[in-house]
Amino acid sequence: MARSILHKANTRGHADHGWLDSSHTFSFANYYNPERMQFGALRVFNDDTVAAGRGFDSHPHDNMEIISIPLSGALEHKDNLGNRVITKAGEIQVMSTGTGVFHSEYNASKEEPASFLQIWIYPNKLNVPPRYDQVKLSTGKNHLQQIISPSTEDAGTWIYQDAWLHLGRFDKGVQTTYQLKKEGNGLYIFVIRGSFRINDVQLEERDGLGLEGSTETVLTPLTDDAEVLLIEVPLLIR
Amino acid sequence: METTQLHILAIGRNEEIMVVMNRLLNAPNNWTGVTVTTDDAAIAAFEKEHFDIVLLCAGITPEEEAALTARFRTGNPQLIIRRHYGGGSGLLKNEILYALDNRPNPSN
Repeated sequence: MARSILHKANTRGHADHGWLDSSHTFSFANYYNPERMQFGALRVFNDDTVAAGRGFDSHPHDNMEIISIPLSGALEHKDNLGNRVITKAGEIQVMSTGTGVFHSEYNASKEEPASFLQIWIYPNKLNVPPRYDQVKLSTGKNHLQQIISPSTEDAGTWIYQDAWLHLGRFDKGVQTTYQLKKEGNGLYIFVIRGSFRINDVQLEERDGLGLEGSTETVLTPLTDDAEVLLIEVPLLIR
Repeated sequence: METTQLHILAIGRNEEIMVVMNRLLNAPNNWTGVTVTTDDAAIAAFEKEHFDIVLLCAGITPEEEAALTARFRTGNPQLIIRRHYGGGSGLLKNEILYALDNRPNPSN
């Protein structure tokens, strides 16, 4: 049976640390809401803005697939795997943290804030060797671009989970249909910019919608330059 | 729930991460934590002290998880045993609060 869960932008958890302003779709750090723990394998969805020249000092992660999508500005990433990389809007970074990795993420600009989406997905394989990857997005409009899949051979980059992520920027009225890649998965839709009608539900900027039991989803952009992120994940985790 | 005193045992193979975990588990006023990197050290700690929660961190295989869970449950059937994901502070508090909220009622 089809089921949906709507997360309006203003119902998200919020933390203002001065240097970091973060909205949490799901419970994270000091935001705890037992009704907002995860959407299947999607465990963390943070909408972060980091002040100029500031950032996250070196800290550890393990057994989580972590995807960062800069929306404006750039992040300077350093880790104990030897990576020192700048990721800017139009690129994404992925870490399979496995047995453990330490990293820092700083706003690469001393003048402008940087904003990015931080997404954590439970892995389907524990204790893997940690890895870092980065991909550049295409600049085209009016189609969904695959940025993550489970396969090393597929478009975009990959993670240890039967999950697919797509980004798309659309002109008003250019309708698109998304077909689930794997039966039984769920689809989480987040509007980055503008507004969309998703099947018969209208989403505004920064709203999220989880869909279960819908193999096909129709996205209708209601504004120009409307931007959306789709996250297909397994629903049954552990 | 936040005022409940909790004693937490965390087991993981990554020594550097367990140092961070030790700091995180001992930071809140109402938590105390012991962190170890071997199963033998975990069992020794379990036999010496009463724990409310055991967290299984990175590097613990499913087979080791099963063996540790069986050993710990024999000694304390009410013990909460959970996998800890993410390696740091992001999910730690949430995992513990959710586990406490959903712990089995012993009268059932």
